[in-house]
Amino acid sequence: MVRRLSEDMVKGILGICAIFSIIIIFLIIIFLFREGLEAFSYTNVIDFVLGREWNPSKETFGAAAFIVSSLFVTVGAIIIAVPVGLLTAIFLAELSPQRVREVVKPAIELLAGIPSVIYGLFGLIVIVKYIRITLDQPTGESILAGSIILAIMILPTIISISEDSLRQVPRAYKEGSLALGATHWESIARIIVPSASSGILASIILGVGRAIGETMAVVLVVGNVEKLPTSFFDSGEPLTSTILLEMGEAAVGSPHYYSIFALGILLFLIVMVLNIVSNVWLGRGLKRG
Amino acid sequence: MDRYTKQTIMKGVLWASALITISFLVIIIGFIVYKGAPAISWEFLTEAPRRSGRLGGIFPAIVGTIYLAGLAVLVATPIGVGGALFLTEFSKESKFTRFIRFGADTLNGVPSIIFGLFGFAFLVYYMGFGISILSGGLTLAFMILPTVFRTAEEAIRAVPRWDKEGSYALGATKLQTIWHVVLPQSISGIVTGIILGLGRAAGETAPIIFTAAILNPVLPGSIMQPTMALPAHLYTLTSEGISMQNAFGTALVLIVMVLVFNLLVSLIRKKKALRR
Amino acid sequence: MVKMEVHDLNLWYGSFHALKDINMKVYKHKVTAFIGPSGCGKSTLIRCLNRMNDLISNVHVEGRVLLDDKNIYDKDIDVVNLRKRVGMVFQKPNPFPMSIHENITYGPKLHGKKKGLDELVEEKLKDAALWSEVKDILGQNAMDLSGGQQQRLCIARCLAVEPDVILFDEPCSALDPISTGKIEDLINELKRHYTIVIVTHNMQQAARISDYTGYFYLGELKEFNKTKKIFTNPDNPETERYITGKFG
Ligand SMILES: Nc1ncnc2c1ncn2[C@@H]1O[C@H](COP(=O)(O)OP(=O)(O)OP(=O)(O)O)[C@@H](O)[C@H]1O
Ligand SMILES: [Mg+2]
Repeated sequence: MVRRLSEDMVKGILGICAIFSIIIIFLIIIFLFREGLEAFSYTNVIDFVLGREWNPSKETFGAAAFIVSSLFVTVGAIIIAVPVGLLTAIFLAELSPQRVREVVKPAIELLAGIPSVIYGLFGLIVIVKYIRITLDQPTGESILAGSIILAIMILPTIISISEDSLRQVPRAYKEGSLALGATHWESIARIIVPSASSGILASIILGVGRAIGETMAVVLVVGNVEKLPTSFFDSGEPLTSTILLEMGEAAVGSPHYYSIFALGILLFLIVMVLNIVSNVWLGRGLKRG
Repeated sequence: MDRYTKQTIMKGVLWASALITISFLVIIIGFIVYKGAPAISWEFLTEAPRRSGRLGGIFPAIVGTIYLAGLAVLVATPIGVGGALFLTEFSKESKFTRFIRFGADTLNGVPSIIFGLFGFAFLVYYMGFGISILSGGLTLAFMILPTVFRTAEEAIRAVPRWDKEGSYALGATKLQTIWHVVLPQSISGIVTGIILGLGRAAGETAPIIFTAAILNPVLPGSIMQPTMALPAHLYTLTSEGISMQNAFGTALVLIVMVLVFNLLVSLIRKKKALRR
Repeated sequence: MVKMEVHDLNLWYGSFHALKDINMKVYKHKVTAFIGPSGCGKSTLIRCLNRMNDLISNVHVEGRVLLDDKNIYDKDIDVVNLRKRVGMVFQKPNPFPMSIHENITYGPKLHGKKKGLDELVEEKLKDAALWSEVKDILGQNAMDLSGGQQQRLCIARCLAVEPDVILFDEPCSALDPISTGKIEDLINELKRHYTIVIVTHNMQQAARISDYTGYFYLGELKEFNKTKKIFTNPDNPETERYITGKFG
């Protein structure tokens, strides 16, 4: 009797631990929306999303420049990271001698472990300077600098998930291809990679989510100019940067404060949709594989 | 181009990509070490900063980071391991367990700046904890919870069934079995998750900047007070151009911490692999 | 006429000696069967005939395997071309996850064929006795076919690169009796144009379809003879014991 009772009690407590993540997500949603939705009593949603001007002193809040900047840096990061990441994943899954793999794998894990603010510092001192001096730009603090740094940061995500899905491709496909007189590379390009495509796509979507949500690395290198960027050499200010830079100046309960939370809602929704799509995708990919 | 030349070229490209990936790591770490080493001295590690960090050291930031990351792990570990036990030992695979896992994965994807906003609105303001170690530590705990949880789950799942059955066969209760068989066997995996979480908590900036970090170079007296922290200090030094030398010194300290954590994790994994 | 010849072939997986001094011949336009208990090295040997074992790390091969009097283990041999000439059908059907049409054209396209692909698909599917069942669904994913159909598709895919020799490693072990019958008939048909080597666990199957049979035991070729002889009056008493089921 007593044993059953205590077992049930333990089970209950552990159950609460198990759903803790979900509780936190709900709390995040509640608090983000509680503060953020308030902003839409000052600015309507459409003006907020499409408005070009963001001027807290005039209480004008249009986030278009931030949204476009976020998209710009992310697209740039993906353009750089996908080829390098996918090729590295193929290398690890198909080509790498065991000894080399034992070096490369931990290195990639370490790359994922470096704090983002250190990426920012590195980006500011090395990449920004390179763009300004070597590429002879008026300012090195640019979308391009942000893209490069983000690309390096999301490489581990793309590599590890892509490699896993490449490894899950049945050996029989590869053998079948080779037995027909295909070269190893032809088998990779025409059979193995297409068969792993859903996992690879999931890794890319996850990478996009990471890139859009990243703050510290980006804020130090993009210049933070509230203006619609038109080229990769322009400065920009992504959503995350604005939140970080302006939270400190906004008085709690002011329209500015609420608008910052509204930016948070925007960011949260974008990233959540990307993550959920990629997780569902990955789950399906695994089941079929 | 003939098929063999193409293959040779592509294999070259694959090697080159791997090399590029590795070189990013080598260059970043090499650069931080090269630039940061001159800043490191006994005084730098043991003294408080002076003139907003232009002079002096980073001691309060080191202490603050230990407090914050420590509190985060202290909170996240029981919840994470408890949740993992629930999934592995107390429930069958079902929609509900998948929902729990989905929740953890979703939480894991929330951007750190959102944790910052949430920590501010919920802990600092609504709960009234103020800008404090408590607020910052809890925010970080929420953030690393999925890491601890999923790693623990994997470790516990790896405990062989026959070991558990052996314990039941001796008349042990479920709780005794968990305590004497399951946890001891999965401890190294659980610790791995904790160290990974520790590393992440120590390096995150955005979540603590609104919830815990200040520039005031004093040691916190209680967890209800704010504190300095390494990543936030590094951010301030860099963004305001206060002292690049000290910024690199701080970065070096932070990176050494991360390296040590990673080393620990791989040591634990190696040891486990050997025992098998 | 001799198509392939194995001379003093030895193979090691690491330190494990899996094939010991194998000597045998594969005759042109005949069916050669390998039989023997599980783990005796049948798959290992058949995979030596198109060098599929190259894929496994830690494999060491000594000896010679001649294809039309040329050693396929020579340094200057083009393995890709070798595999085009010596095709292989595996134990488990392994169509690629793409359409039936694409499965068949995969090989020919690699080897540079661009025109007449539709005709080729029809011809090879007919040769593999699958055409009537799939002619209306060529665009459908090959994974949706039944196991037996998949295996015939794999045969058609192999025929499409026009090999001289086709290796079958237990092609029927994952199939039901009816599909098995179809494949056996097919093999009988194919030997008019191709040289065939088949590994099988099924003694009756070997007796039904093969012209020559090799009996393997623990990495050694215990006997190689005409199938009729092996099944009626083998030279080696061990072979007889295995065939009559008194083995063990
Ligand atoms: N990749 C490998 N590495 C190490 N040993 C192997 C490998 N492949 C096969 N072997 C060993 O070589 C021997 C021969 O294996 P093989 O697959 O050729 O047997 P088989 O006659 O085809 O058996 P079956 O009838 O079960 O298919 C076996 O003892 C097997 O364990
Ligand atoms: Mg076999």
